[in-house]
Amino acid sequence: MKQIDFDQKYSPIWKSFEADIDNHNGRKAKLDPAFPENYRKICNHLSLARQRHYSEELIDYLNQLVMAGHHALYKQDNRIKLGYIGFALNVFIFTLRKYSKAVWLSTALFIMPGLLMGLACFYDETIIYSLMSPSDVAEFESMYDPSLDKIGRERGSDTDLMMFGYYIKNNIGIAFRTFAGGIFFGLGSVFFLCFNGLYIGAVAGRLTSIGYGVTFYPFVVGHGAFELTAIVFSGAAGLIIGYALINPGQQSRLTALKNAARDAVKIMYGAAFMLLIAAFLEAFWSSSTSLPVELKYAVGAGLWFFVIWLCFLSPLGRQREPN
Amino acid sequence: MTRPLIDTDCSVETPEGINFNSTIAGTVPRALAYVIDFSWRLLIYILLAIVSAFIGNVGWGFFLIFSFLLEWFYPVYFEVFRNGQTPGKKSMGIKVVNDDFTPVRWNTSIIRNLLRSADFFPVLYLFGIISITCSKKFQRLGDMAAGTLVIYAIEERKQEITSDVKPVLPAAPLTLDERQAIADFTDRTDVISEPRQIELTDILTPLTNSTGKSGLIKVLGIGAWIRGKKDKG
Repeated sequence: MKQIDFDQKYSPIWKSFEADIDNHNGRKAKLDPAFPENYRKICNHLSLARQRHYSEELIDYLNQLVMAGHHALYKQDNRIKLGYIGFALNVFIFTLRKYSKAVWLSTALFIMPGLLMGLACFYDETIIYSLMSPSDVAEFESMYDPSLDKIGRERGSDTDLMMFGYYIKNNIGIAFRTFAGGIFFGLGSVFFLCFNGLYIGAVAGRLTSIGYGVTFYPFVVGHGAFELTAIVFSGAAGLIIGYALINPGQQSRLTALKNAARDAVKIMYGAAFMLLIAAFLEAFWSSSTSLPVELKYAVGAGLWFFVIWLCFLSPLGRQREPN
Repeated sequence: MTRPLIDTDCSVETPEGINFNSTIAGTVPRALAYVIDFSWRLLIYILLAIVSAFIGNVGWGFFLIFSFLLEWFYPVYFEVFRNGQTPGKKSMGIKVVNDDFTPVRWNTSIIRNLLRSADFFPVLYLFGIISITCSKKFQRLGDMAAGTLVIYAIEERKQEITSDVKPVLPAAPLTLDERQAIADFTDRTDVISEPRQIELTDILTPLTNSTGKSGLIKVLGIGAWIRGKKDKG
C-alpha cells in the first residue's frame, strides 16, 4: 500500500483518536470506550509506516499519537485518598524492618559520634569550640539558662506557630538532605549523620556540664522521640541507596539504584511525617514551661516507648507488604 | 560494522510491541526552565514575605511552612498534577516522564525532587550538570534514582500532503535507498530554494533524461508516485 492510500484509509481513526485525547486532556472528559482498541491500531500503523518507509512526517505524527495514547492509557490516579495514610504507615514500618541492618548502622553512625562528643564536651570545656563558634555556644547556652522563664529559643507565646514553621523548614530539610546525600555512595548520609550526632552530642554534653540539663532534657525528651529517630531513619534511607550503588548484586548499578530508591522513599514518607509531629511537639509542647518537669519526662518516656514499639515491635508491617 | 550514531533520540518498547521515540532534553533547556521556575518562586517568596510582615509572627510561621513546601514540593505538584511540566518546563517545551515514557507518579517525582539537593551539591547544580552531561539519557542523579527522563513535549499536527504534481513512473527500477531519498526530497521541497532543488535534481539527469526545471518536475513526479499519488488524468 502506498502512503497516500494508507493515509486516506486510516486518517479518520487518527483524527478521532486525536480529538478524543484532546478532549480528555483539556476538558477532563472520559476517553472513548474504543480508545484502547484504537490505540493498538495506531501502534500497528506506526510499525507499518516505519517498515514501509513512509515519510518522516507521517511517522513523526503517528509516533506522537502513540506517545499521547501511551500517556493517556498508562496514566495512574494521582489523587490522594485518606486510606493511603494507613497504607503508607504500614509500608513504612515494613520497609524499616526489611532494612533493619541499614537502620542499625545509621543509628550507630549517629549515636557513636554523639556519645563521644558528648563525653568529650562534658569533661573538657574547650572541645566544643572545635565544632562551633563562641557566639553560637553563647547563644544556645542562653536559650537553656534555667533562670529564664522561656526555654528553647527565646520567645513569647505568640511565636509558637512561627517556631513550628521554622522547625518544619529546618528539620525536615536536614532529613531530606541526609537522604539525598546517600546517592554519593552513602557518604553524604554518613557525613550528615555523624555531623548531627556530633553537634547534638556537643550541645548536650556542654549543657549538662554547666548544669543546664534541668531545662535541656525536659525540653528535648518529648519531640526527640520523633525527631532523632526520624533523622536516623532518613540516614538509613540514604544508606540504602548508597549500598545499592556499592553492591548492586546481580543487577546493573542503575537498576539497583532505582529499586533501592523506590524502597527508600517509603521510609522518607514516614520520616517526614514523624518530623512533622516532632515540629508540632517542639513548638507547642516542649516549649511550654507551665507544665511540671515530671510530666514532661513521663510523656517523653511514653513517646519514646511508643515510637520504638511502633517501628520495631508492633504488629503493623509484620504481614507481607500489602498489595 | 558501523557504530550507531550519537543522537538525542531515546526509544522505548511498549507492551504493544512497538518502539516509539522521543528526544531527550539536555542541560541548556533544563537550566533555562529552572531559571524560569526559580523566578516564579522568588516572586511568590517576595509576595509571601510582604504579607507575612504585616501579619507578624503567625505570618512568619506560615511563611516558613510555605517556603519549605515551595523549596521541596513545588516541582512535585506540577509534575504529578500538570502532566510532568512545571511552569518553566512548560515554557521550554519539555516534560518529565518515567523512563518508559509513562507519566510520573508521586513516588518517582518525590524521589527525583528529594535528590535535587544532591544534584545541587556543591554549588549551582554542579553534580547535576556533570551527571546530565555524562549520562547517556541526560539524567541528573535524581533522575537516575527515580528512573525519570526529561523529554521534549512536541505538539506537532499532521500536515496534509498537497501537491499538484503529476505522478511519473521512474524509467528504471529504483533501490529502496533511492526511493527513500527521492520521496524525502519531495517532502522537503518547501524548505529548499528552487535553484538548490534544481541543482540537486540535476544529479539525477541519467534517470530523468532532462535538466533544469523539467528535471525537477520529473523528480517530484517520481516522488509523488512513490508516495502513491494517483494519476487522475
